[in-house]
Amino acid sequence: MRQNRAVELGTGLFILLGIGALFFLTTQTTGRNDFTNTDVYSVQARFENVGSLKKRAPVAMSGVTIGRVTGIEFDGEALEAVVTMVIDSRFNHIPDDSDASILTAGLLGSQYVGLQAGGSEFYLENGGEISFTQSAIVLENLIGRFLVKGRADE
Amino acid sequence: MKFLHDLWRSQSEFVRTFGAMTLFFFQLLRYSPSTLVRRFSLVVAQIFNAGALSIVIIMVSGLFVGGVLGLQAFANLERFNAEEATGILAGFALVKEIGPVITALLFAGRAGTALTSEIGLMKATDQLSAMEMMAVNPMQRVFVPRFLGGIIAMPLLTAVFTMVGLLGAHLVAVELLDVDVGAYWQQLQQAMELDDVYEGITKSIVFGFVASLIAVWEGYNSVPTPEGVGRATTRTVVSTAIAVLILDFMITAYLL
Repeated sequence: MRQNRAVELGTGLFILLGIGALFFLTTQTTGRNDFTNTDVYSVQARFENVGSLKKRAPVAMSGVTIGRVTGIEFDGEALEAVVTMVIDSRFNHIPDDSDASILTAGLLGSQYVGLQAGGSEFYLENGGEISFTQSAIVLENLIGRFLVKGRADE
Repeated sequence: MKFLHDLWRSQSEFVRTFGAMTLFFFQLLRYSPSTLVRRFSLVVAQIFNAGALSIVIIMVSGLFVGGVLGLQAFANLERFNAEEATGILAGFALVKEIGPVITALLFAGRAGTALTSEIGLMKATDQLSAMEMMAVNPMQRVFVPRFLGGIIAMPLLTAVFTMVGLLGAHLVAVELLDVDVGAYWQQLQQAMELDDVYEGITKSIVFGFVASLIAVWEGYNSVPTPEGVGRATTRTVVSTAIAVLILDFMITAYLL
């Protein structure tokens, strides 16, 4: 049994290492662990156009990620997109007249929601709504407008 | 007709081998549960042989494969000012393709050849016949523990390879080439879904079955001479490599 002990020890170490690696792959490389264990509050914002914003896109203020987008739905009544996002409860002093815009990280980067602080004395709370929003810039619209304007100038 | 007859004569041996291999596979599966219960210590010893002893080659290869992926991804993405996406490129390549495939190839070279030559030599020295004489089933005593050891070891080895590869890419991209560490991991985490990781794990499980089956089968089927065992060992590496690469394509096409 003496020699068996070393084999069992080696096997045990190997299995633990393997399972540890599997755990690392499933938790650290995927984006599901963000803001699921921390205290959050959720707010909504209505956009005319969300562009290619996706679920789990970051919500950033001053360039720092403070939350995630948790849902994007279409409101058939108001004909607008409703974006639900959660924000880390540590940041509970965000004025309720702050404005939300959909921005792009770099030229080829993914889209995220950027918050710009307002001047109100009241703060955003759970279930609150951001009323000032700016839609995503859709490149085709921009080019279209540019072309029309160019023609009008002639 | 003569042409068809010649074709059949030349190919029937291949077909026969394939059929015998399939039957052997079902035999292995049939004895797997009882072996797992009654001869668990043998399975543990084989996990040690196939897995724990392969860990060094897996980790060193993983580190350098990850490093070179990071280097190549960075060099090419830099042209588009998108070097932050190095993490996405290296991560996806490692998790979905390179991790499972290279681990399976290394496994065939490191553990598969050992299995084949060991079983082949047992056959050449009549140890298998001796077992049968003693009413010990060589299926439970020799083949199934090696088969199961390989199956259990492969996904774990793949996970270790992929993890070390990601750290290698991180070392090159972040420490050497100054990609922002936050951007590297955040972009990777944002792009990668749990399904992508599962695709890699699915592949490693399939490759585990295939590589172990081929290694054990080639040993069992080897001609019991020094030359025969040598040939069987070569065939193990060649067949595993081809089977793994073809299956990789098929699984990717199926899961995509």
